Amino acid sequence: MDWVLFVTQLLNGLQLGVLLFLLASGLTLIFGIMDFVNLAHGSLYMIGAYFCGTFTDITDSFLYGIILAIPATAVVGVIVEIIIIRRLYSQNHLDHVLATFGLILCFDALVHFAWGPEGMAIPLPAILDGQIEIFPDIVFPTFRLLIITTGLTLAIILYLVITRTRSGMLIRAGASNRTMIGALGIDIKTLFTLVFGAGAAMAGLAGMMISPITEASIGMGNDIIIVAFVVIIIGGIGSVKGAFIAAILVGFIDTMGRSFLDTFLKLLLTAESAETAAPALSAMLIYILMATILIFRPQGLFPPRGR
Amino acid sequence: MGKATRFTLHVKIAFVILLILFLLPIYTDLTDNGFYLDLVNRLMILAIAAASLNLILGYGGMISFGHAAYLGIGAYCVGIPAYYGVDNGPLQIFLAVAASGIFALITGAICLRTKGVYFIMITMAFTQMVFFGIVSVEEYGGDDGLVIDNRSNFGSFINIEDNINLYYFILISLIVCLFLIHKITRSRFGMVIEGSRSNEQRMRSIGFDTYRYRLICYVIAGCICGYAGALLGNFTNFISPEMMDWAASGELIFMVILGGTGSLLGPVFGAAAFVILEEWLSSLTLYWHFIFGALLIMVVLFARGGISGIVTYLGNRKQ
Repeated sequence: MDWVLFVTQLLNGLQLGVLLFLLASGLTLIFGIMDFVNLAHGSLYMIGAYFCGTFTDITDSFLYGIILAIPATAVVGVIVEIIIIRRLYSQNHLDHVLATFGLILCFDALVHFAWGPEGMAIPLPAILDGQIEIFPDIVFPTFRLLIITTGLTLAIILYLVITRTRSGMLIRAGASNRTMIGALGIDIKTLFTLVFGAGAAMAGLAGMMISPITEASIGMGNDIIIVAFVVIIIGGIGSVKGAFIAAILVGFIDTMGRSFLDTFLKLLLTAESAETAAPALSAMLIYILMATILIFRPQGLFPPRGR
Repeated sequence: MGKATRFTLHVKIAFVILLILFLLPIYTDLTDNGFYLDLVNRLMILAIAAASLNLILGYGGMISFGHAAYLGIGAYCVGIPAYYGVDNGPLQIFLAVAASGIFALITGAICLRTKGVYFIMITMAFTQMVFFGIVSVEEYGGDDGLVIDNRSNFGSFINIEDNINLYYFILISLIVCLFLIHKITRSRFGMVIEGSRSNEQRMRSIGFDTYRYRLICYVIAGCICGYAGALLGNFTNFISPEMMDWAASGELIFMVILGGTGSLLGPVFGAAAFVILEEWLSSLTLYWHFIFGALLIMVVLFARGGISGIVTYLGNRKQ
């Protein structure tokens, strides 16, 4: 096998994995602590990308664009939580799904109104726009490498916050027994709002990091959010560790499937049927993975204790 | 049982609607206005789909966020044979119902092992799987979809190439499907389904294998929706993966909730309100999705019970 291609695709898989983790960790925390299903998480991913585009335009710097867009997205998340989401916690999952589906429609229309129907390209600064040689013979785009390092760094920070700090302790306590921490005198309302805001910021950051590659567009979050759902189902809803492992796994399998499944199938089938089957099969691979895992572990790989 | 002779407001409204539906083609034919016929066709097909979703969601408490998959499967079971020149109607319908049933059986067997949020997301993910599967098959148009040149051929029985014939075909289908769902929900089987929604543990302890009952119900709903998909393919003459986009599944749930869950005619009201609102709002503004989304949030926050609930409330107040 062509090992240069293999390593490059491995890195691409890792890049997809860390992006998925940024989305999925917020999703899984929001679900774990508040028992809330947030379909509109993908909209925050989109909002983050558009904010970043506008701020980059104004400040003429991608770095400042990101620095300004992260709190802006968090603020949007907090506002939405206070106005709408907060009223939904006591209702059932069906209501969550419907209301946040409504939110998606609202967000898409608002973005259409504010930024127009066309996508928005975000230019990269020259230092990030090149490629570097990471191993002999293997060159990889600098920016994608930056995505990977940022994502992994954030994963470590998140791990430290959750396991070592007081707020992390509250988050873990909330995930295993919400009523109890309320009874112990913790202000859960504020905790919920803060976690929602943090989830929004992480989703937004994921959107900001992908948009220089794919450009920001309306509905960009609607496809990836389903993959993020697949990730948290595989990882076990509520578990950040599970989300991390599942995100990396899904990232690898999806990328590898798309590049090598046809080669692999050619060993088993005729060249012609392999070529027809490979694209369809590789598009379905992560769902097949999810189904297989659920047959053996209906609660996912790492279900949080206490539920 | 003195109520038996007194018709509820639901039945009265249903009767009036039915009369209007039967007479509509005469009006559109006289005024030469095909627009309303198309609108009502779409409405009735979506009503069948929503009614089938209501069977699992409303009566069974299984919140499937992937029901549009069956619309797509049904439509592609008309489109793919038509692509190869096979326009045999009964065969296409059989394919649509059978393929939907098999898909429902396989995915349902996995989904129903899970509960709550897992169930919602898994049904959604499986639909997305079919969506991407179809998108990546270039032969059948991929992303761009597929034009159906000839509608299903039912020989001398009915010629649905004619729009008015198609209309009556869909109308009769709607009535038959609703009757079927009515019979199912009133049967012993339906009672078990409703029972396992409200208290699964109790149903199990009195000896019902709720998993099996639910799976059968899930398959029946899939089959009915697959049939609606076959009608949709015939009606639009064009099929594309977009039919089973997850937003389409969301819209189906919206119809069921808007109409009111767990009532026979609720999904019909819901589908009607949905299609008419969509048509009206999109003629008002380019940003109609915003109003639509806001309305959805409002319904969830303030109007539990949907249209059917409002009708029941009005009906009770009169008495």
